[in-house]
Amino acid sequence: MTVHEMKHAASDSARLEAVGGRLSRVDGPAKITGAAHYAFEQRLEGLTHAVLVGATIAAGKVTAIDTRAAETAPGVLAVLTPDTIMALKTASDWFGTPPPDRPYCPLAREVTFSGQHVAAVVAETFEQAVAAAALVKVWYDETPAIVDLSDGNAGDGIAIDAMTKEWGDAEAAFAEAPVRVCAAYNTPREFQVAMEPHGLIARWQGDQLTIWEPSQWLDGMARTYAEWFGIPFENVRLVSPYIGGGFGSKALALAHSAVAAAAARMLGRPVKLVLTRPQNFTSYGGRAATRQTVAIGADRQGKIQSIVHRGVNETAVDGMWVEPLGSVTSIMYATPNFSSKQNVVRVNTVVPGAKRAPGENPSAFGIECAIDELAYELGLDPLEIRLINYAERDPHAKKAWSTRQLREAFATGAEAFGWAKRSREPRSMRDGHQLVGWGVAAGTYPVRRAYGEAMVKLLSDGSAEVESSSIDMGQGTYTILAQTAAETLGVPVEKVSVKLGDSRLARAGVTGGSRLAGVMTGAVYKAAGQALDELIGLALSDPRSPFHGLQANTLVVKDGRIASPRGDGPELSVAELMGMLGCEKIEAKGDTVPASFTREQRYNNYTTIAMALPHTEGDYSRHSWCAHFVEVRVDEDFGTVRVSRVVSALDSGRLYNPKLAESQWKGGIIMGIGQALLEEGIVDRRHGRIVNGNLADYMLPTNADIPDIQTISVGIPDPHSSALGGKGVGELGIVGVAPAIANAVFHATGKRVRDLPITLEKLI
Amino acid sequence: MRDFAYLRADSVEAARNAAALPGAMLLAGGTTLVDLAKCGVAEPATVVDISHIEGLDAIDVSAERAVIGALARMSHVADHPQVKSHFPAVSEALWQAASAQLRNMATIGGNLMQRTRCPYFRDPQNFPACNKRAPGSGCSAIGGVTRGHAVLGVSEACIATYPGDLAIALVAFDAEADLGDRKLKVEDFFLAPGATAEREHDIRPGEVITAIEIPGSAAARRSTYLKVRDRQSYEFAAASAAVGLELEGDGRTIRDIRVALGGVATKPWRARAVEEALKGKPLDEEIVRKASELAMEGAVDHGANHYKIALAPRVIARAILKLGETA
Repeated sequence: MTVHEMKHAASDSARLEAVGGRLSRVDGPAKITGAAHYAFEQRLEGLTHAVLVGATIAAGKVTAIDTRAAETAPGVLAVLTPDTIMALKTASDWFGTPPPDRPYCPLAREVTFSGQHVAAVVAETFEQAVAAAALVKVWYDETPAIVDLSDGNAGDGIAIDAMTKEWGDAEAAFAEAPVRVCAAYNTPREFQVAMEPHGLIARWQGDQLTIWEPSQWLDGMARTYAEWFGIPFENVRLVSPYIGGGFGSKALALAHSAVAAAAARMLGRPVKLVLTRPQNFTSYGGRAATRQTVAIGADRQGKIQSIVHRGVNETAVDGMWVEPLGSVTSIMYATPNFSSKQNVVRVNTVVPGAKRAPGENPSAFGIECAIDELAYELGLDPLEIRLINYAERDPHAKKAWSTRQLREAFATGAEAFGWAKRSREPRSMRDGHQLVGWGVAAGTYPVRRAYGEAMVKLLSDGSAEVESSSIDMGQGTYTILAQTAAETLGVPVEKVSVKLGDSRLARAGVTGGSRLAGVMTGAVYKAAGQALDELIGLALSDPRSPFHGLQANTLVVKDGRIASPRGDGPELSVAELMGMLGCEKIEAKGDTVPASFTREQRYNNYTTIAMALPHTEGDYSRHSWCAHFVEVRVDEDFGTVRVSRVVSALDSGRLYNPKLAESQWKGGIIMGIGQALLEEGIVDRRHGRIVNGNLADYMLPTNADIPDIQTISVGIPDPHSSALGGKGVGELGIVGVAPAIANAVFHATGKRVRDLPITLEKLI
Repeated sequence: MRDFAYLRADSVEAARNAAALPGAMLLAGGTTLVDLAKCGVAEPATVVDISHIEGLDAIDVSAERAVIGALARMSHVADHPQVKSHFPAVSEALWQAASAQLRNMATIGGNLMQRTRCPYFRDPQNFPACNKRAPGSGCSAIGGVTRGHAVLGVSEACIATYPGDLAIALVAFDAEADLGDRKLKVEDFFLAPGATAEREHDIRPGEVITAIEIPGSAAARRSTYLKVRDRQSYEFAAASAAVGLELEGDGRTIRDIRVALGGVATKPWRARAVEEALKGKPLDEEIVRKASELAMEGAVDHGANHYKIALAPRVIARAILKLGETA
């Protein structure tokens, strides 16, 4: 697409249905009326129910399991233990690394975290399975656990050399800098807490496996199931029509998924397994707890001379998770000297996973608090110091930014917020008993790109269908793909139906890293263009067409009607034309995959993350950017913090649907408010167990905690980031919120809280 | 399956008879019982559904007294105009409790029977030791995660916090629970754990709460409930105070004052030392703050809940001073 064409499309955005229009979510009515059936709401004949038994120790061996009472309980069909569950094969990881040739058992003999699945009961009804699961007796040989990063036995961990980023001589430059700040910033274990729990229904028909499961990645999960059971990839069908929130947690087939699928195979009946809310805190990982030290050396004018950054994140005893803590640190500010290194420390937890902006989120908490501390050290305005050190190009990759509207975000956000009226000194603004503080922080997220495909069908009634095995977890895929197809085909958006969430449809890679919109609008744009070309080709060449013989190279379609560009020929509806042509439908499967790709490369493109394009590929470094301005009110007696105002200016490039993008940004900002003030998985150190694994005790913000949030788009189309000019949306919003709040709390109180969440006892 | 018998009581008498059965538990709004059954704490042999008994949801309020039927919904009582005018602390306590959905279901009688939110109490599978559930088994909370636990009225057997809001206001204003053959002060209805943590309420087999009576007073009319918590809604108190105030004709000297605390004690906690220290004293910020400290006499913390000892007196003082600002 040329830049000219893109501008043309953008100018069309006044039309609701066009790309860039504020069309409401097309799946909204089905969701709010209950007509939308989520994955494990399917009703199947002969459905059985599985309930898991979790380890009550954090480390040790299962020495015996007594299943007799459970086996004879009413309705029980099977009690599965490590000894009785069928053997599975180990599956490859999400990079597609060939797995070791050894069996995989999703029920643990060696317990490495509290809550790990050790047995499962399958019964005719859910209630029977629950009751019988309580009868399973497990004996353990318990060994000491390392409960978290602060455990005396945790050690320094493993150095992850691939995370090291260095240029210049950072340590020496820091030591020589006339102005220095150095502090440690900690984030706790946090959880995704999607409203819809994890779970699935598994059904076997011969060697064909159908899985109904909320999924951010149908093809990736289908690959895992296929490898576990040693069946062809094509034999696995995943169905995931709607997803009640994922936030990174629903991209992988997990141990409980394997248990349900194995149980279904063993019993020859479909099995439903849904995790309880507490199990959703122990069956898959949330965001790893992190520790960072950020040291910044600057000259007296505030120009940064050096940044020295050291990070640690927790991982599991039997699994690796690296939360890239230097990702924002290394690109946000210009510095001649830089050093970032990272270790991971094994503790007795389920392996941590992706939660909205993994890496960038905690990374921004460190650097964006540290730069604030430097501003106060120098007596500079926190906004000013960010502009003094503005990175005109990627300081790490040493490449030009594709687009970086961060200066515009600072200016626009500051103006809308009224930042200029800020009083300089901490603890200098007050409203009755409330200490008022203002804070700012920036955020960023890389543009993750990948290749995609889509099927677009033009039907004889003039309607169109879009098909893809990609998914909509609330971010708006159904809607923006309808808009893309409608605009490209020239048909009204209400005539476009979008089918997603079935692995039988055109293939798609992972929905994660804020990449799906860019990948899929590009694929639909291409497929729809092919379908349109085919229609126009037929219209010009087929003797039955009224355009046959017209002296025209092409035709135009608008509002479902087709005509010559000069308007000198006939004009008729697409349906009428297809009727004349005797054409039932036109199908076009379009993809953006390089023609040179082999069959295996195509397979890996959809079932692994190994084929994604680096965001610094070629001449540019591609990122979304944002600046958050927040006002907090801290009760001087109680230490309670409430966010009273948020203004965020964000650069996600061109927005395919501003209404949905704003919702996503706001969702991220709300999640950031929770992270800053409330969220923390609290571990009982004696048992290595999360004790607040439920929605009453794991604190998330309520509506009453959320003020009006103003989001302002400052993006411009970025032709280097995606076919239609958009950059990532979904993860950007959360990045920088927590440091903005922490900085505002400092401004309000004069107290620097560097450990999240900022709860009242830290300020009282 | 954990089977249980389900009985529907159509009269208070029938309810009393059924409640006397071994292992019987009453069901009204169900917001506590169903929740505790789900987490494996409540395992009733018989569920006695009293929600269909007629006439038990009446709310009768005058300046002299409020009589609130046991089946009155929290949301109805909170929104009752006379409750708001004669007993504002009661209405405010209810509005700040739970969520709108729970307040629409939960009843006043059931609210008094609400159990602690101690995470160890609520997780029998992972924490078998709990003196409330299994007398003599020990306390899993002591030495564990104690941020929400009590600092007042604790014992070596139990440090679980009484979680409710309404009862704090009831205790402040000398409300009584009507149990049929006897009435007793709500303050005495709740029992501190001592060595018998399993006994939380002075209620005997076969007794049914039919109503709550709150005597009217000038202090009740000038009252408020202040609740401090991590988030703005749908959370139990880190510390709360129900406070009522009556001033002498000079508009400055304290004639009567009521103070009760929530979120910091094993039962709804009347702070009489604060009341006594302030009666006859001028309503002065320094005096009020100093007197409020007396509420924490005998407080014992377990580390993570230490902040409550500093927080609770500030909540009391703020509530009193706020009332002083109102005419």
